[in-house]
Amino acid sequence: MADPMRIRAQAQGDKALVRVLMSHEMETGQRKDAAGKVIPAWHITEVAAALNGKPVLAAEWGPAVAKNPFLQFTLKGAKAGDKVAITWKDNHGDTRTDEATIS
Amino acid sequence: RASWTKSAFDARSIADAVKAYGAGAAPAESKDVTLTAPDIAENGAVVPMGVATTLPNVKHLLLLVEKNPSALVAKFDVSDAVEANFLTRAKMGQSSDVYAVAITADGKALFAKKEVKVTLGGCGG
Repeated sequence: MADPMRIRAQAQGDKALVRVLMSHEMETGQRKDAAGKVIPAWHITEVAAALNGKPVLAAEWGPAVAKNPFLQFTLKGAKAGDKVAITWKDNHGDTRTDEATIS
Repeated sequence: RASWTKSAFDARSIADAVKAYGAGAAPAESKDVTLTAPDIAENGAVVPMGVATTLPNVKHLLLLVEKNPSALVAKFDVSDAVEANFLTRAKMGQSSDVYAVAITADGKALFAKKEVKVTLGGCGG
């Protein structure tokens, strides 16, 4: 199981700034190991965000997103106390969801 | 739920990746699309970049690196509940033009681009 995400969600007027740090290798599939064998691709493919359980954002990522990915976006109509949930899925089928409360 | 669009991430060129998300016409440069990226990236493994737009009816926002093995880095779907403004960090194998592309609901593709110089590549071992 992958490590938890770090999610910071701060209310700014009627919006909320959300910053997420995920824990993932994001292996490109382009690199070779010491023996010259290609290291298989292993990366997040899909990211989704929900505000109080309602889907608000979907994204598709490739292996060119940097290791331990960072994502920043702004939610409209969000206030302190609302719940933001982030879910990622990788090309191995592993998935992880973490939730934060807007402060 | 949406699934991963393999054809877009396999595409070598900006044009092919953009086409995979339903853009009909060739991408056109627009001052209403904003790309945030550094002039010089000291570490190609972690290059901050962002895409934003003030255009109406935008469905997808894309970040692409022209000289990466596959150009597309990330695609974000714009909804009523989020601002059309996303920031992430990408890998760059070498100095390259970076593109921010907005695809509208009627299949237009509008872009901003910028050259980012990489002093240490991000795809080596």
